[in-house]
Amino acid sequence: MYIYDQYDRQIINERVNQFRGQTDRFLAGELSETEFLPLRLQNGLYIQRLAPMLRVAVPYGLYNTAQLRKLAHIARHYDKGYIHVSTRQNFQLNWPRLEDVPDILEELATVEMHAVQTSGNCIRNTTTDQYAGVAIDEIEDPRPWCELIRQWSTFHPEFALLPRKFKIAVCATEEDRAAFKFHDIGVELVHNDEGHTRFHVHVGGGLGRTPVISQLIKKDLHWQHLITYLEAVLRVYNQLGRRDNKYKARIKILVKAMGPEAFAERVDQEWQHIKGDENTLTEEAVARVQAFFAPQDYDVLDDSSCNRELASQRLESNDFGRWLDKNVQPHKQDGYAIVNLALKPTGIAPGDITDLQMEAIADLADQYSGGLLRNTHQQNIVLADVKKADLFALWQRCDALNIATPNLGHLSDPICCPGGDYCALANAKSIPIAEAIQRQFDDIDYLYDLGPIDLNISGCMNACGHHHVGHIGILGVDKKGREFYQISLGGNMGREASIAKILGPSFSPEEVPTVIEKVLDVFVKQRQPEEQFIDTYRRVGIDPFKEYVYA
Amino acid sequence: MPNSSNSIKPSNLIKDQQIIDNPWQIIAKDAEFSIETAGDHLLLPLATWLQHAEQLKNSKTIGVWLDSDESPEPLQALCQSIPVIAINFPVFADGRGYSYARTLRDYYAYTGDLRAIGDVLHDQMYFYKRCGFSSYLIREDANAEKALAGLNDFSANYQVGSDQANPDTPIFQKR
Ligand code: HEM
Ligand code: SF4
Repeated sequence: MYIYDQYDRQIINERVNQFRGQTDRFLAGELSETEFLPLRLQNGLYIQRLAPMLRVAVPYGLYNTAQLRKLAHIARHYDKGYIHVSTRQNFQLNWPRLEDVPDILEELATVEMHAVQTSGNCIRNTTTDQYAGVAIDEIEDPRPWCELIRQWSTFHPEFALLPRKFKIAVCATEEDRAAFKFHDIGVELVHNDEGHTRFHVHVGGGLGRTPVISQLIKKDLHWQHLITYLEAVLRVYNQLGRRDNKYKARIKILVKAMGPEAFAERVDQEWQHIKGDENTLTEEAVARVQAFFAPQDYDVLDDSSCNRELASQRLESNDFGRWLDKNVQPHKQDGYAIVNLALKPTGIAPGDITDLQMEAIADLADQYSGGLLRNTHQQNIVLADVKKADLFALWQRCDALNIATPNLGHLSDPICCPGGDYCALANAKSIPIAEAIQRQFDDIDYLYDLGPIDLNISGCMNACGHHHVGHIGILGVDKKGREFYQISLGGNMGREASIAKILGPSFSPEEVPTVIEKVLDVFVKQRQPEEQFIDTYRRVGIDPFKEYVYA
Repeated sequence: MPNSSNSIKPSNLIKDQQIIDNPWQIIAKDAEFSIETAGDHLLLPLATWLQHAEQLKNSKTIGVWLDSDESPEPLQALCQSIPVIAINFPVFADGRGYSYARTLRDYYAYTGDLRAIGDVLHDQMYFYKRCGFSSYLIREDANAEKALAGLNDFSANYQVGSDQANPDTPIFQKR
C-alpha cells in the first residue's frame, strides 16, 4: 500500500488547516453559502436532508486496518456508530456536524486519510479493480498508475473548477471490474507485443441522467505520457465543456457534440504542447510507486493439498461450501484466496457497517490478510490475501458478524444508493425497495438457480446506484408527489457494456417485488440450460418481459 | 503595505505579494472606444483590442482583457509585449480562465502581467498563482488583505504548474 512521505503529509496537513479556516470564515459569515459550497464539496461535505454527509476518500479502494479502526472511532464519536461503503470505493458518514468536520479531517490525517476531491466539480477518486494485484486475469497491477493519477490530480490548480465532476477508472484485467466504460476517462492497461505497458484511453462515459458508453480516443499510449495525455484531455474539457446547463456539462456531452474523432484530434493538438514536459513519467518515478504495491511475502503452499482440505471442510458444512462458491475468488498465488465480506444482509441498508463490525473486520484483516482491505464498487469489502487453510476459521468469524451471506453477484446483493432516507435529491426511497426484494427472494437455492443477476437501485436520475447498468435496474421517480419505480432491463457494466432499456410505466413500491418476480418468471421460461439472465435478455429482447409484466 | 495615498478608495489589487495601487481601468465590452483619444492604463475587451492590434501590440500602457468564453488563441502571435492581460472570472466557479492562463504562459510564452479579474476571492488565490497569474484584482467587496494569505495555502505541489515566482518540478521528480 502507498505510504505517505514528507510531501504527502505536508500537503494533507496544510489542507486540513485550509479547510478549518474556510469553515471558520463560513460560520463567521465571511463566506457566503455559494462561496463555501465548492470548498466544502471538494472536502467531501454535502448538506443533506437530515444532516451533512462526509465522503472520505479511499484511493482506488485500498486501506489498512489502522485506517479502518480510525473510521470506527470517528463513526462512534462524531456520528451514529455506522458508516457506508459507496459505489466509488469510498466511505460515507451520514451524520457528522459541520463544526466537527475540521476535527474529523484532522483525525483522518493522522492515519493518512482525507476527504479531498470526493465531491465537487473536480477530478474525483480514481477507482479500479477490487482484486488488483491478486487477480488471476490481471495484466499488471493497476494501482501504481492509480496512485500516480491520484497525485497528479490532487489540488491540480487548473482543474479545480471544471464544468462538472470528473471520474477516472483504470482497468488492467480481462474481465472488467472497474466499469471503465462508464467513466469520464477509462484507462485500459494493455501490454504490447514486447510486453511493455501501454494504455488505451476511453473518454466520455458516464451515468447520471444521460448514460453513455465511452469512446476509445487513443490507442497504445506509452506509459511515460499517461499524465500529460490526461492533462491534455482535461484542458480541452475545461475550456470547451458546457457551463450553461449542469445536465449537459459532463465530458460525455462534449465528446458526443464534437464527435470522438474531432475530440481526439483537439486533445492531440493540446498534447503536442506538453508531451515530454516535466509531468512526463520516468522509470524511477514509476518504480518508486510500484515498490509500494509489491506482492507480499507469500508462503510457498501446495495448492492441491489446500484444495483437498477445503473439499473435506465442505462436507462438514454446507453453508461453508456455499460461501466458498459464492464469496471466495481465485488468487494468483497458490494456496491463497480472495474473500468478499458481504455487506448486504437483509434488513440492513446495503453497504452499511457499524463501528463494532469495523473493528472486528480490522481484526480479521490483521489476522488473516496482511492488514489490508479493499472496498468494492458493489459496496462490499474484500480481504485479498487469505490462506486457503484459514478460510474455514475466517468463515466462522464472518458468519458470527453477519457478513457471510453467500449471495455475491446474486439478486439479493444489490447496488443501492442511500435514496430518500438520506439524500435531499431523491425522488424516492431506495433502501426499503432493496429490502423488500431481499425479503421476497430469500430462498437462496432459487437465487442460485437463477444465476448471477446485478440488481441496481437509484433513488433518482442522478444514478448513484448505477441503475442504467444493472441487469435489472430500478429507478425512483416522483409521480404526482408519490414514490414510484421505473424498471429497466439489460444493462451491463463489464467489457460488453450496455445500457438498460426501460420496461414501461412505473410501479408503486408495493408492486415492485411482484414485478421483479414476473420478470424472473419470463427469464426462467425463456432461458436455455445454464444461460445467465443477461444472455437470455440479449437473445430474446425486452418484448416477452413487457408483454408478461403488463398483461 | 497598501499604498493608496493618491486614490480615493483603497485598491484591491494584489501583485508581488502585496496590495498596490491600481491605475488600470477596465473598459466594458459595449463601451465606445477611439484609439485617437484613448488615455493610458486601459484594459480593452478582446474584440476591441484585436480591431486595433497593429497599433496596440507594442503599447506599454494599453492592455487587454478576456472574458471566460474567450480563448486567448487570437493573441498567440501578438501578445508578447502586451503589458497586462486580464482574464475575467464572471463567477469564481467558472474555471476556464485557469486553462487560458496556462495557455498564455506555457504555449505562447507570455511574460507580462497576467491578471485575474472579476469574482476573484481568497480561496482560489493559490490556484490562480499556480496557473501563472501574477496579479489579482480582488472582488470589490472582499478583503484583499485577507485574500493575500490564500497565496500561501500550500508549500508543496504534486504537479507542475505555471507559477511565475517559483517554477516547480513535480514532487515525483524530487523524491
Ligand atoms: C446522499 C447524498 C448523495 C448525493 C447528494 C449525491 C449526488 C449525486 C449526483 C447529483 C450525481 C449525478 C451527477 C451527474 O451525473 O452529473 C451523483 C452521481 C453518482 N453518485 Fe451520488 N450522491 C449521493 C450519494 C451517493 C452514494 C452514497 C453513492 C455510492 C453508493 C454515490 C455514488 C454515485 C456515483 C457512482 C455516481 C456516478 C454516476 C455517474 O457516473 O454519472 N452517491 N451523485
Ligand atoms: S441516485 Fe439520487 S437519490 Fe440516490 S443518492 Fe444519488 S442523488 Fe440521492
